[in-house]
Amino acid sequence: MRQKLNIVQKTIMIFCIATASVVAMSFSPVGERRNIKLHIWNNVGGKEIIYDNATYKNSTGQDYTITNLKYYISNITLTDTSGKVFTNKDSYYLIRQDDPATMDIELADIPMGNYKSISFLIGVDSLHNCSGAQSGALDPVNAMFWTWNTGYIFFKLEGKSPVSTSPGGIFEYHIGGYKAPANCIRKVTLDLNGDTDQPNMVNVPTGKLPDGKQLKISSINLSADIAKIMDGKTVIDIAKLSSVTDFRNAPAIADNYQHMFSLSNLNYDY
Amino acid sequence: MTIKKVVTISTLLCFVFLLSNFTEDNPYFKIGERDVTFQLPKGFPVPNYTFKNNKPTPAGFTLGRMLFYDPILSKDSTTSCASCHQRIAAFAHIDHPLSHGINGLIGKRNVPALQNLAWGQSFMWDGGVNNLEVQPLSPMTNPIEMNSDLGEVLKKLKHSDYYRTAFKEAYGDTLISSERMLKAITQFTGMMVSSNSRYDKFMRHEDTLSQFEFNGLIVFREKCAKCHREPLFTDESFKSSGLMPDTLLNDPGRELITGRYKDENTYKVPSLRNVAMTYPYMHDGRFRSLEQVLDHYAAGKFYTLNISPELLEARNLSDVEKKEIIAFLKTLTDKEFLYDRRFADPTYR
Repeated sequence: MRQKLNIVQKTIMIFCIATASVVAMSFSPVGERRNIKLHIWNNVGGKEIIYDNATYKNSTGQDYTITNLKYYISNITLTDTSGKVFTNKDSYYLIRQDDPATMDIELADIPMGNYKSISFLIGVDSLHNCSGAQSGALDPVNAMFWTWNTGYIFFKLEGKSPVSTSPGGIFEYHIGGYKAPANCIRKVTLDLNGDTDQPNMVNVPTGKLPDGKQLKISSINLSADIAKIMDGKTVIDIAKLSSVTDFRNAPAIADNYQHMFSLSNLNYDY
Repeated sequence: MTIKKVVTISTLLCFVFLLSNFTEDNPYFKIGERDVTFQLPKGFPVPNYTFKNNKPTPAGFTLGRMLFYDPILSKDSTTSCASCHQRIAAFAHIDHPLSHGINGLIGKRNVPALQNLAWGQSFMWDGGVNNLEVQPLSPMTNPIEMNSDLGEVLKKLKHSDYYRTAFKEAYGDTLISSERMLKAITQFTGMMVSSNSRYDKFMRHEDTLSQFEFNGLIVFREKCAKCHREPLFTDESFKSSGLMPDTLLNDPGRELITGRYKDENTYKVPSLRNVAMTYPYMHDGRFRSLEQVLDHYAAGKFYTLNISPELLEARNLSDVEKKEIIAFLKTLTDKEFLYDRRFADPTYR
């Protein structure tokens, strides 16, 4: 038989719950979660990217300008010193040079931990290349989707060069493909302990301020050096290769863009 | 309740019902819940596309049907999906060897029939499309088909009162996105199931075949069914049919997609359902009749290097066997599918 609680029992119960909550809150840094901003700075060898008007030079002395830069990063994970992995769920981001808002990615609800590295894919995993009509970053309206050989264009770099033999002196590198032998998905892993710019930082995020408070990462700032695409394992000769829009030559460029990211610095709060 | 009341109410109901029929925007045919229930035909394998994240609804299907028949999807609003995919031809293009696109342009390949798409593992003659939902993007954006830009199409749809209402009915709000558009079209195309030909009914013991047709089935099973596998009449593989490549078309076939030399001149094995209705034949529509197709296979003169071993089995078909096979192929015509009102042009009165 159900009995109704009297007012005293109710009060005791509420009090107990409230006390338990307060205790739990004050003793639970373990359960604390926070958001970290991932910021990406696209550049060419440390120079700002300015569409049309800034001229860059590759290692073989060929001049070029940039007119369009877009790429996907996805499946962002953070790994802590014990090997535990935080996975940012459903993380598909289209970085567009013409939209600064896309260069700030919010990684939400990250449990506290001593994170030593960040990993992500340049491109879109194979499952999401075959998942039909999708929205958001993966909406084909973003013009990053091949319709004749369905799948996402992971990386688009377009520009002009006086040495190009394409009409209008343009070069265009549209890199995609999720299947062997032209799989252009590349995994990037960056060490977060490599940062030495920050004062008071012993290790991440265990660094302590003089008053004993703990430093915590608030943002991870990455540099994406587009020059590495031109000059990596393969040196791209724009005169010979001004257009890559399918699987031919794409993996070589993917091998180059795999190494374009580096950690600039970390920002902290406490 | 008095009898008078009952009579009054039922008269009123009748009147409302009649009125609702008259005021219906497209009085041709109204899609109901039953029309959008996907039935797995007896003896068919589990489909590849299961509508898991795209549950068909009458409003969604109706929207998809409208989009399929609406030239708004093409750049200059002249060419619809149905311009080339004619219902009377199992959604192939009768009497057109190569597809016709925008501005009178001629395509590179024969329009394939649309049926049993839910079982497709890839789409297009070269298998370049990996999911039924994104299939419409290919003709929409192809410069010699509909030559559209996806963003422009969405803009046009957003400017249409009809589509604002139709999207709202299908999805609950007026957001018009590519995902919603593509999923609605897929509700329509994915529902195209042909499983009621005389062959199917014969297999289900509901109908008979003549001795001649039955002989055709036996020869077919022996010499054709390895690739044109029952009950879908395709094994979804890519094969070279040994035809002399048309140098003017300069079409590498599946090699375009895979980049592998061994895939040169190979094309998706087409289903033979409703094949009597879909002439002309082959990837480039070079044969007018089934007789010509079988003559090609029987003659055994193959011009490509990578012909499949299965093709050799069809060599030396006798004249009688050819006639028997054709008689059998005609039993694959599915009138219930061809005349299914659900797939009719909704703008046609």
